[in-house]
Amino acid sequence: MNMSRPRLSKTLVLSAFAAVVALILTGPLSGLVLEGYDFKTRFSAPLQIAAFVLIVRFIAGLLPESWLAPRQKNEAAPRATRFKTWQLVLGGLLVYIALASLVLIASKYWLSVGILALIYILLGLGLNIVVGFAGLLDLGFVGFYAVGAYGYALGHQYLGLGFWAAIPLAAMLAGLFGMILGFPVLRMHGDYLAIVTLGFGEIIRLVLNNWIAFTGGPNGIDAPAPTFFGWEFKANATQGGVPFHEVWGLDYSSGMLDGFIFLVLLTVVALVIYAVTRLRGMPIGRAWEALREDEIACRSLGLNHVFTKLSAFAMGASIGGLAGVFFAASQGFVSPVSFSFFESALVLAIVVLGGLGSVTGVILAALFLTLMPEALREFSDYRILIFGFAMVLIMIWRPRGMIQQRRPFFTRAKG
Amino acid sequence: MSTLLDLNSVSLQFGGIIALNRVSLSVEEGSITAIIGPNGAGKTTLFNCITGFYRAQDGQILLSTKHKPLDLVQLLGGKFRLFDAPWSNIKKVFYGFFGGTHLVARAGIARTFQNIRLFSEMTVVENLLVAQHRHLNRNVLAGFLNLPGYRKAEAKALECAFFWLDIIGLSDLANQPAAALSYGNQRRLEIARAMCTEPRLICLDEPAAGLNPNETDQLSLLVKRLRDEFKVTVLVIEHDMSLVMSISDHIVVLNYGEVIAKGSPKEVQANPKVLAAYLGSDED
Ligand SMILES: Nc1ncnc2c1ncn2[C@@H]1O[C@H](COP(=O)(O)OP(=O)(O)OP(=O)(O)O)[C@@H](O)[C@H]1O
Ligand SMILES: [Mg+2]
Repeated sequence: MNMSRPRLSKTLVLSAFAAVVALILTGPLSGLVLEGYDFKTRFSAPLQIAAFVLIVRFIAGLLPESWLAPRQKNEAAPRATRFKTWQLVLGGLLVYIALASLVLIASKYWLSVGILALIYILLGLGLNIVVGFAGLLDLGFVGFYAVGAYGYALGHQYLGLGFWAAIPLAAMLAGLFGMILGFPVLRMHGDYLAIVTLGFGEIIRLVLNNWIAFTGGPNGIDAPAPTFFGWEFKANATQGGVPFHEVWGLDYSSGMLDGFIFLVLLTVVALVIYAVTRLRGMPIGRAWEALREDEIACRSLGLNHVFTKLSAFAMGASIGGLAGVFFAASQGFVSPVSFSFFESALVLAIVVLGGLGSVTGVILAALFLTLMPEALREFSDYRILIFGFAMVLIMIWRPRGMIQQRRPFFTRAKG
Repeated sequence: MSTLLDLNSVSLQFGGIIALNRVSLSVEEGSITAIIGPNGAGKTTLFNCITGFYRAQDGQILLSTKHKPLDLVQLLGGKFRLFDAPWSNIKKVFYGFFGGTHLVARAGIARTFQNIRLFSEMTVVENLLVAQHRHLNRNVLAGFLNLPGYRKAEAKALECAFFWLDIIGLSDLANQPAAALSYGNQRRLEIARAMCTEPRLICLDEPAAGLNPNETDQLSLLVKRLRDEFKVTVLVIEHDMSLVMSISDHIVVLNYGEVIAKGSPKEVQANPKVLAAYLGSDED
């Protein structure tokens, strides 16, 4: 490594300094051991810690400086896209087919992990509209997720709705709830908005928990397994039903239901990704972003800020509701425990870590945050620690998220 | 020439401060009218009333239309009164809920702000596209499917955006974030953005503040062009007296929320009250 002498010596000095600081900070804590009313000194522990700090600091000093510097704010200057439309379509199709063929090889366990990851992608994309595009800090997003999930379960119980009818209806219901939440918070921003939305999410959970006659309360409620053109994914058909594997002459396997849900969910996610990407370049998407930047300027340009805000809430909420339907269908059961504030925080973390407003970033962060815990099963005690560590690192080096939203590039119309 | 905007004894108080005290003035269609006055005279407050950000507590602000004049104050909704006609009450509640400011903008009044308010993280073109929101195809389905009607509307908006970028000389910076522009460019972009809403009246709040003499000259050309070429009426607040005297057809002088003089630049310059207000000498 060719490294200038002054920098090497400077790194050494700084490392030594860090070690001394570590010694001072951790020395009394780890070096003094209480013994009755007395204490004895133990020098090895603080020295080990100091040595560790010294080495880490030294290695960090050897890394190229550009790796460590925080990224510039306007790093992602707009540029013309490098891909033609047909290339994008082809690429998207290939990825879709590759992911869809996972159904044939993945085990039931990994399929359910995949379903969870896709559900969080949906949630992330939904919240991204509200927080990333429209800049409305929403801490109660899990409420809409719950509305979708319970909409499916209760819709089946009381109205006999099936899976396919529940998808659009639950999305619309959640969108309606989004608007209902939107009205009282029209004049709120920032912290105040966050608190009210937080309360809204909790209200929904508490209602589900306490309205026992209607929702089953803490005991939860069964959600039916989806069917495909009336064919059921069961070993033996219920009354009047036809099992899927018999129609197609297949052997029954318990992973079929998960495979089916995975495929439908994958298709829905693909459509939502397309929709959200298009939305950004559409008048409504631009209006959301303009609202985030300056509400007063929006009004001076004749934009109806009320409608714009409500539409962002509704659109985000309906995607959250969609995720809820799939959650209920894949679990076969919903209870209020699944919709705690922690879920909202997790989805918000997905959006913020991925990069506010960036669709790719949200997808990557959702995959990371759902697949990582599964991959790290053995270290499950340290999962939250690793999670926190990753957050801190990203906030230091990429304060605006892993992937920065790239602005659309415009060229003058030809001719 | 006909009157475009007519203010009829407009008043507004903030607590004890009388920001506007029975201000009456009229703006001729196709003119450049300047509003001047010392700091804190109420000029920006007057703009906020005209553009619907504040609701005048008293008086009328009439915008002439093809039919009967439109009272902009009424657009902002009003106090719910039980014994009013039900329809007018429903309208008031509706406007109260949905905020009428954007309706004033839609009636054809655009504005810029004393402290620039651009969409700073969006690009220069996007700023101009947002301003054309109303003229675009906002059908979400048409957008998802990229239907021809949608594409045509987008292309037209883009053309209009570049048209204005050429006029203010920012075509090369079209894809830069608005925050990256120099101060003078930001001011001009804000004017272009207001023009993209296709207004009949444009209100400029201190457009020359912070500009160097060269940029100020360019600005005065631009403002004259708005009137002569694009046929919009201009209402401008400005402290730069040489600019005001050179561009305006008509000047209104405010002091402590009251109109103390109005007339042509010559008349205003000769008015002793104006001199007193500016130089602070006591006339009585
Ligand atoms: N929202 C408000 N609340 C309370 N007082 C206000 C408000 N807006 C303006 N004022 C007061 O109204 C008076 C007029 O203010 P305004 O901003 O209209 O002055 P101006 O003529 O635009 O001054 P400048 O030349 O400095 O821009 C001032 O005394 C100001 O303090
Ligand atoms: Mg002012």
